[in-house]
Amino acid sequence: MEAFVRETGRAVVIPNDNINTDIILPKQFLKNILKTGFGKDLFFDWRYNADGSLNEAFELNKPAHQGASILITGNDFGSGSSREHAVWALTDYGFRAVIGGGFSDIFYMNSTKNGLLPIVLPEENRKILRDVQADENIQIDLPEQTVTYKNYTFHFDINSQWKEKFINGEDDIDNTMKYEKLIAAFEKQRPNFG
Amino acid sequence: MSKTLFDKIWEKHVITGEIGEAQLIYVDLHLVHEVTSPQPFDGLRSTNRRVRRPDLTFATMDHNVPTKDIFNVQDQMSRLQMDTLVKNSKEFDIPLASIGDDKQGIVHVVGPERGLTQPAKVIVCGDSHTATHGAFGAIAFGIGTSEVEHVLATQTIWQVKPKTMGIKVTGELPKNTYAKDIIMGIIAKYGVSFGVGYAIEFYGETIEKLSMEARMTMCNMSIEAGSKTGMVQPDQTTFDYIEGREQAPKDFEAAKKYWSQFYTDNESDFDETLTFDVSNLKPMVTWGTNPGMATPVDQSLPEIKDDNDANAYEYIGLHPNMKPVDINLDYIFIGSCTNSRYEDLEIAANMMKGHHLAPNVTAWVVPGSRAIRNRAIKTGIAKIFEDAGCEWREPGCSACLAMNPDKIPAGKHVASTSNRNFIGRQGAGSRTHLASPAMVAAAGIAGHFVDITTDEFV
Repeated sequence: MEAFVRETGRAVVIPNDNINTDIILPKQFLKNILKTGFGKDLFFDWRYNADGSLNEAFELNKPAHQGASILITGNDFGSGSSREHAVWALTDYGFRAVIGGGFSDIFYMNSTKNGLLPIVLPEENRKILRDVQADENIQIDLPEQTVTYKNYTFHFDINSQWKEKFINGEDDIDNTMKYEKLIAAFEKQRPNFG
Repeated sequence: MSKTLFDKIWEKHVITGEIGEAQLIYVDLHLVHEVTSPQPFDGLRSTNRRVRRPDLTFATMDHNVPTKDIFNVQDQMSRLQMDTLVKNSKEFDIPLASIGDDKQGIVHVVGPERGLTQPAKVIVCGDSHTATHGAFGAIAFGIGTSEVEHVLATQTIWQVKPKTMGIKVTGELPKNTYAKDIIMGIIAKYGVSFGVGYAIEFYGETIEKLSMEARMTMCNMSIEAGSKTGMVQPDQTTFDYIEGREQAPKDFEAAKKYWSQFYTDNESDFDETLTFDVSNLKPMVTWGTNPGMATPVDQSLPEIKDDNDANAYEYIGLHPNMKPVDINLDYIFIGSCTNSRYEDLEIAANMMKGHHLAPNVTAWVVPGSRAIRNRAIKTGIAKIFEDAGCEWREPGCSACLAMNPDKIPAGKHVASTSNRNFIGRQGAGSRTHLASPAMVAAAGIAGHFVDITTDEFV
C-alpha cells in the first residue's frame, strides 16, 4: 500500500455525524470486481442530483475545493456496512486522511490497509479546523502525530503498529508470512472434535 | 484469574502479540460471499498465493441473488460477480453453495443452519452482520476486503483486542414483543455508537430464555450499536440447536464438554456494563434514518433536537407528534439476516393467518435459505403468506440492501424486518421503518403500524 508520512493539503469539511458507508459509497457500486474507479461515485447521493447532474451546493463539488486531500467530518464516520469499497472511493477520489470525532472499528481497520489515515480529534479541535478556507493548507505529520492549521497544533493518538505500517507502506500478508512456523504450530494443537 | 467469555475465546486464538497491540488471531471459520471476494481472490492470483485452509472456508451467494426468479440474473454486473465466485471457488477448492443449491442462502443464516457456526470459534466474513454468529458464543465479526484476502492466504487476522461490555437484560418479555424489540430498544436508549471499540455480551434471565434464532437477531444488530461483535454464552439451548446438523462435531459429547468452559466468570470482568429491563417493553418502530431513531409503537415521534433529526424527518416525510400508526405503508419486507429464519416466518405467518394484506400494500417474504424455504412450504407457512397476498420468494438478501432487483421505489414507505434504515438503503429514496416480523406482518394487514400488544392481538 502507499506509505503515509506527512501530508500538506487542502481540506474539505463535511461536518455531519454518523456518515455511514452506504452514504460514502452506495451499494449499487459494490458490483465492481476491481479495487479502482470508485472515486467518481464517492458520496454519490449527495454529489449528484436525481437527473445525474452535479449538486453544486455540495462541498465536494465546489470549484475551490477541487484537489482537497483531507476530509474533516463529524462523529461515528464509516459506520454500517463493512464495505472496503468506501475506503477505496475516498482514496481514489484523492483523500489521504480523514479527521473525525470517531470511526467505526471496521472502517478504521479498512483505512489502515489502504493508506488512508483516520485521525480522531475532539470536537474542540475540529471546531477550529472547520473554519479552514479553501485556499488554506492543513499539515499532518504522522511521525510527530500532529495536525497543524495556522497557529494551532493538535496531537492525535494512533496504535504504534498501525503507525509503523502507514509510514512503511507495509503489505500485511508478507508480514504475517514471517510467522508461518507459529501458525503451523498453532494449527497442530487446535481442538478437533471431528 | 476471573475472565469474560470473550477473553477466554480470544486467548485460545492468539498466535503472537501482546494485549494492547495488534495480535495475530487464528480464524476457525471464514464465510465468503460474492460481493467482497472478487478482489481478494484476484490478489491471491497476482501474488501466486493459495487459500491456506479451504476446509475452514465456506462460500455462498446472497447479496446479488434475484429472489423472484433465482436463475434469471438480468444485471450484468451481478452476473459477473456471481460467475466470478463460481470460478474462484473452483480454482481455490472452496466449498460453494451456489444458486439453486440446497445449502444456498444468506451467509449468516446458512452458517448456523449447516452446523458450521459453533461455540468458542473465531468466525469472520466480509460482511458487517457477521456478528450474528456470536449468538453461539463465538467471536464473530465483519472484516474488510483486504482482511478477506489476508484470511484466505494465512487463516489469521491482526486485531487489537477490543474492550468488553456486558449488557444485562432482565424481566419477562411482554406478549408479542421479541428479541428484535429488545435490541432496537437498547439502541434507541443508548445510541448507534455506544458499542464502538467494544465486544458486547448479552446476558441475564431474559437472554437465557431466548431461542437461538432470537439470540441471532440480537447479536446481528450489535453492529447497529457500533460493536462489530455481539455474543451470548453457549448453553443447553445452543448445544441442542447444533446437535445433529450436517457439520456438527462428530464427537459431540467431547465438543460439548469443551464448549462448556466458555462463560464470563463475573459481571465485574466487563470493562463496561449496561442494563436493560424488558418488563414494560413495547414493540419498536424506527421513524428516521438510523436504527437509533426508533420509538415504542404507542408513543409520538420525538421533537427535532438537531440537524440530524431535521434531515431525517425531511427524508422520511414524517413530522414530530405523529405516531407509528399514522405511517401509511406501501410495502412490507419480511427477510434479511436479522429476521428470515423459520421461527421469524412462523411468527409472521401466525399474525397473517386468515387475513389479507391491506389494499395498496405489496409484500415480499424472503426466506433466509433454501432449507427454510423448503420447510415453510412443507409446513404450510408459505401458503399462509400466499393466501394473504404476499409474494413468496427465493432465498437471498433481497430488499434489505437492494443490490438485486428487489428495490423499494422512491418515496414509498416500507415496514421491514431488516437491520438498517439508512437513506437509500432499500432503494433510492425509499423510506424504511424497521420492526419485528410480527409487527411488520400486522402492519401489512392493517396498512399501517398497529400496537400488537393490545387485547385485539394477544
